[in-house]
Amino acid sequence: MNAKKTKTEKSGAAKGRTEKIGPVAAPVMHKPRSGARRVVITGMGTVNALGLDVKTTLEAFREGRCGITQLDFRDVDRLAIQIGAQIHDWQPESWFNRQQILLYDKFTQFTLLAAKEAVEQSGLEFHGELGLCSGVVLGTAGGGLNTWDENYRVVYEEGKNRVHPFVVPKLMNNAAASHVSMEFGLRGPAFTVATACASSNHAMGQAFHMVRSGASRVMLTGGSEAMLCFGGVKAWEGLRVMSRDACRPFSANRNGMVQGEGAGVFVFEDYDHARARGADILAEVVGFAMSSDAQDIVMPSAQGAERAITGAMRDAGLNPDQLGYINAHGTGTAANDKTECAAVAHAFGHHADRLMMSSTKSMHGHIIGGTGAVELLACVMALRDGIIAPTINYEEPDPECALDVVPNEAREKKVDAVLSNAFAFGGLNAVIALRRA
Amino acid sequence: MTDTIRNRIREIIAEQAMLDVEQVTDDATPADLGIDSLGLVDSIFALEEEFDITIPFNANEPEKSEFDISSIGQIISAVEKLVAAKA
Repeated sequence: MNAKKTKTEKSGAAKGRTEKIGPVAAPVMHKPRSGARRVVITGMGTVNALGLDVKTTLEAFREGRCGITQLDFRDVDRLAIQIGAQIHDWQPESWFNRQQILLYDKFTQFTLLAAKEAVEQSGLEFHGELGLCSGVVLGTAGGGLNTWDENYRVVYEEGKNRVHPFVVPKLMNNAAASHVSMEFGLRGPAFTVATACASSNHAMGQAFHMVRSGASRVMLTGGSEAMLCFGGVKAWEGLRVMSRDACRPFSANRNGMVQGEGAGVFVFEDYDHARARGADILAEVVGFAMSSDAQDIVMPSAQGAERAITGAMRDAGLNPDQLGYINAHGTGTAANDKTECAAVAHAFGHHADRLMMSSTKSMHGHIIGGTGAVELLACVMALRDGIIAPTINYEEPDPECALDVVPNEAREKKVDAVLSNAFAFGGLNAVIALRRA
Repeated sequence: MTDTIRNRIREIIAEQAMLDVEQVTDDATPADLGIDSLGLVDSIFALEEEFDITIPFNANEPEKSEFDISSIGQIISAVEKLVAAKA
């Protein structure tokens, strides 16, 4: 009976999508296309250098607090890059028992903590049928990179010929998604998406599609990254795109990106399901689009970015003038920031001058595969609280980034719809659109 | 000694640009030789490895870098200075 119902829902959603292809239609606020399900956010959680929960992180966004500090881990003195948005004094023993720590790389630990916060906020329990039609899709670029790093050290540097038996289940990129599924009893689709710096936006896009199509009723989604270890930072140093002093997105004197670490996890839920149980709806996910530059392995393309931006608006049925805020990819590199501004300016035309666009990476650093998830918190804050997170460390205007980047101080402004951009190495772009609940 | 360094630098850049060494002239820019941003970072790495030096170069602000990459001649003299400083 359930299987039959699901099948009907799916075909309805597919029909709805077909009807939508074509030029941008007039906005259809509060009404999904026929057959498609509305998707809402009913829980969120995070762990990052600004705080170990959502409340502290949003406070930091409002205060424009910077989480970037001197890095502190083994062999840091051999690195040219000495700064990062590191979670200092991370003590897994506070959250997990010995057996769990043996199995959980740091990226899994971050994820589980964020997921716990998100699920608690949602009030969901995945007993019985709900567990069967709920799942998890997460993004990460490096997976268990600390585990690789530590164990390469054991065999190469220390010359040992034996490693701990759990190395493989600990380092695999799907470890976090699998442990989330086990922790909460999510027995539907569970997988991991790896698209470098766009991983969690791509993951959240998949979650959105699965709930919208009726394939899942609830999806836990977001992403995490724990790349701040000697090997992780050394690898990035090689590209010579890292700043040695600060992350200053869109500022003319920007000189590169600064890495961060952490996780963001959200509960994406079928609107009817959330409403029926009287859940607090934090925001609605209304659109998603992805594109590939098909051009260069590291240099971004404004056209590719623009196609993802306009695609997300079209998918959401939003016109450019309905968008109030964009959480930028805004890495603070010379190449990304000017390309992104060009893409936004072109996609929005004259409305680009009335948009606010900030990069919260200036505060939490570039959390690589988890960054889009942590940044989506700023989008929800904008919609729910009417507070726009700033781009801190902004010092000098850049004519190539001539948009309102909400410099240095948070701003109070009511917005109805927002976008979150992610543009990854490899030319993979993913943009998600949210609307006020 | 200096000629050897100069020739080796030109060989490394020629290899990166997939050109003959004679085509790597002092007045050429990396872009003239078809070396893109990744190629430049790769060339700098090869020069560091060859001469056991550390080249201060940030791709975000090449013009502000202490390492002048505006032409092959400038790159050669900058590497020569770093090699001399090491000795």
